[in-house]
Amino acid sequence: MLAVGVEKQLGALKLDVKFEAKNGATALFGPSGSGKTSIVNMIAGLVTPDRGAIALDKTVLFDSGAGIDVPPHRRRIGYVFQEGRLFPHLSVRQNLDYGRRMSGVPRDDGEFARIVKLLDIGHLLDRRPGHLSGGERQRVAVGRALLMQPKLLLLDEPLASLDAGHKREILPYLGRLRDDAGIPIVYVSHAPIEVRRIATTVVRLDAGRVVATGGTELLKDAEDDIFA
Amino acid sequence: MFDLSPADWTAVELTIRISIVATLCALPFGLGLGWLLARRNFWGKSVLDGLVHLPLVMPPVVTGYLLLISFGRKGPIGALLYEYLGIVFSFRWTGAALACGVMGFPLMVRPIRLALEAIDRKLEDAASTLGANRGLVFLTVTLPLALPGIIAGVVLCFARALGEFGATITFVSNIPGETQTISAAIFTLTQFPGGDAAAGRLVLISVALAFAALFASEWLSRRAAIRFHGD
Repeated sequence: MLAVGVEKQLGALKLDVKFEAKNGATALFGPSGSGKTSIVNMIAGLVTPDRGAIALDKTVLFDSGAGIDVPPHRRRIGYVFQEGRLFPHLSVRQNLDYGRRMSGVPRDDGEFARIVKLLDIGHLLDRRPGHLSGGERQRVAVGRALLMQPKLLLLDEPLASLDAGHKREILPYLGRLRDDAGIPIVYVSHAPIEVRRIATTVVRLDAGRVVATGGTELLKDAEDDIFA
Repeated sequence: MFDLSPADWTAVELTIRISIVATLCALPFGLGLGWLLARRNFWGKSVLDGLVHLPLVMPPVVTGYLLLISFGRKGPIGALLYEYLGIVFSFRWTGAALACGVMGFPLMVRPIRLALEAIDRKLEDAASTLGANRGLVFLTVTLPLALPGIIAGVVLCFARALGEFGATITFVSNIPGETQTISAAIFTLTQFPGGDAAAGRLVLISVALAFAALFASEWLSRRAAIRFHGD
């Protein structure tokens, strides 16, 4: 379980949030500029909160009071970025292997084959990221994060840069992922349709604060965007 | 035409050796300084930037003279190096390599710095979330992505070293077999009647070396580009 309670001043926005994410998918849902990405960056260790604490299971990742701040490379948190951020100089296979090698996870061909099959990326392994479509790129990014055997998976608007067709293509994979991964997933989105499909818990944010926590019924009043 | 005398060959061999040593010794400093200028903000950064570029705009003779009074046997740095490490620069080929390295240094730092500035820092963040510590991020992401710029810097520094004349001759003179590079040998040959044929041969060698360096750099950067954009 992930427990977050942090504060940070971001320009004019005062971020002050508290929530928990259990197994299954927790959606951070809110309009652009509500601080969603900053929150996941703090969980990953890329941004340092001004005050507060972040704990994953029994491990404290950050505690301003106790002076604890585990660096990102030792947090073992899989992070799928909005723009994929695949390494352009490495093949898809090397990208997939990168997190496993850097985290010192022993090679496991069975697990590799399972993830490749789950995301249906077997035919892409020898290509370079520059030769992939947006949807393919994001599936590889998800695979790369999973293969480091993370204790938590962060997905920051993984579909935002894709067109409607590619979004529809990826959503089923993400659903499968939620049911198979066995770790908490934090899913950032401002699109109700995605959140309804993926999330088991919804944390609704506005202007840097949690305004509601609950199930997908929180999205009743949310307007869908054009793609549905 | 190409019946080079042993003395000519010595100058050619010496030029290549001096240029390679100068470039290889400059590279770690070039990487360090390029990184510092691209990534860090500190007091005196623009002064440091100016100092690095100074050999590019100063007369080479002035650079050579400054090297002479600081790295000569009696110079403050030269004396220390001799006393503690036994390194002598003055009137040795090592001094020529130092002069060539200093002259080529700004040409090396600039492309490295630009390449490092152009790298998407978000890729480095991604690498750190995947378990790579700072050293591994640098080795596996930063360095390979900056490779085209590093190659460009190495080639420019090497080419500058091949042709260096003013700073070298001021600092370590023009001693055949020790500090007399192709450029210095050509200069010497043109000072005496009857040296034209020998000078002409060295000029041709010089042109061939320059072309070889250009082709090598073209080939290397094409290979680096293929690494990025795939097959």
